[in-house]
Amino acid sequence: MRMHIDWTRCDGRGLCIELLPELLTRDDWGYPVGRGGSEIAIPQNLESAAHDARALCPTQALSLHG
Amino acid sequence: MNTVFDQALWAVGRGSGVVAMVLLTLSVLLGIGARSGRPVVGIPRFAVTLVHRNVSLFSLIFVVVHVVSLLFDPFAQLRLVDFFVPFLGAFKPFWLGLGTIAFDLLVVVTVTGLLRNRIGPRVFKAVHWLVYAMWPVSLVHAMGNGTNGLQPWFLVIAMLCLAAVGGALAWRLHENFVEYRNVRSQENP
Ligand code: SF4
Repeated sequence: MRMHIDWTRCDGRGLCIELLPELLTRDDWGYPVGRGGSEIAIPQNLESAAHDARALCPTQALSLHG
Repeated sequence: MNTVFDQALWAVGRGSGVVAMVLLTLSVLLGIGARSGRPVVGIPRFAVTLVHRNVSLFSLIFVVVHVVSLLFDPFAQLRLVDFFVPFLGAFKPFWLGLGTIAFDLLVVVTVTGLLRNRIGPRVFKAVHWLVYAMWPVSLVHAMGNGTNGLQPWFLVIAMLCLAAVGGALAWRLHENFVEYRNVRSQENP
């Protein structure tokens, strides 16, 4: 599964970074970044955390696919 | 009529109203905390959102107990229409009408809150702003309609709620409310 961060929607509130600390870090402005930028490969053990992050993101900036 | 039963209804109606007021206040505080994008008293951000949602749902449950118990109460003389249409009440219609308005707003805000990911952040946010009308209206309703509304113990609770929300609102309007506000505004003045 992959997750995409739509930075144009993201408000940098940091919820997803708390739920996926293994994959995301906060940039200098508080926005989430993955190792590969805005496209993040989600390992199986983190899929449920990724679903939580998508559901809780206040701006619907996260999408999951594949 | 069974007077013990009537008195119990009356007590439940009033008690649940007071609890609902305190829970609604807590919910507003948590909501403002969630919006700040910061952890609140050590609770992580995503958990603040979840606690805010749960406290809000609990307050709605207490509000439902409050209005349903008073529906069967012979003093309050509530009718079903008073749940939805304000100012038609038999007993203190103005103060009851404020309660009706607050109830309607609470229902709308709760439903759109639960459907947030369906309706999208923009509609959600626009409707959620109604809380800033709902909360004060419900407080005024409690003070004007409540049998205990102007008694000292109740006023102390009401004033504490008011001070808490007032303080949170002042923080909300403060320029450092949102995390990273400083770095962000330096880059995009
Ligand atoms: S939860 Fe949403 S708004 Fe918050 S940082 Fe993550 S993507 Fe951005």
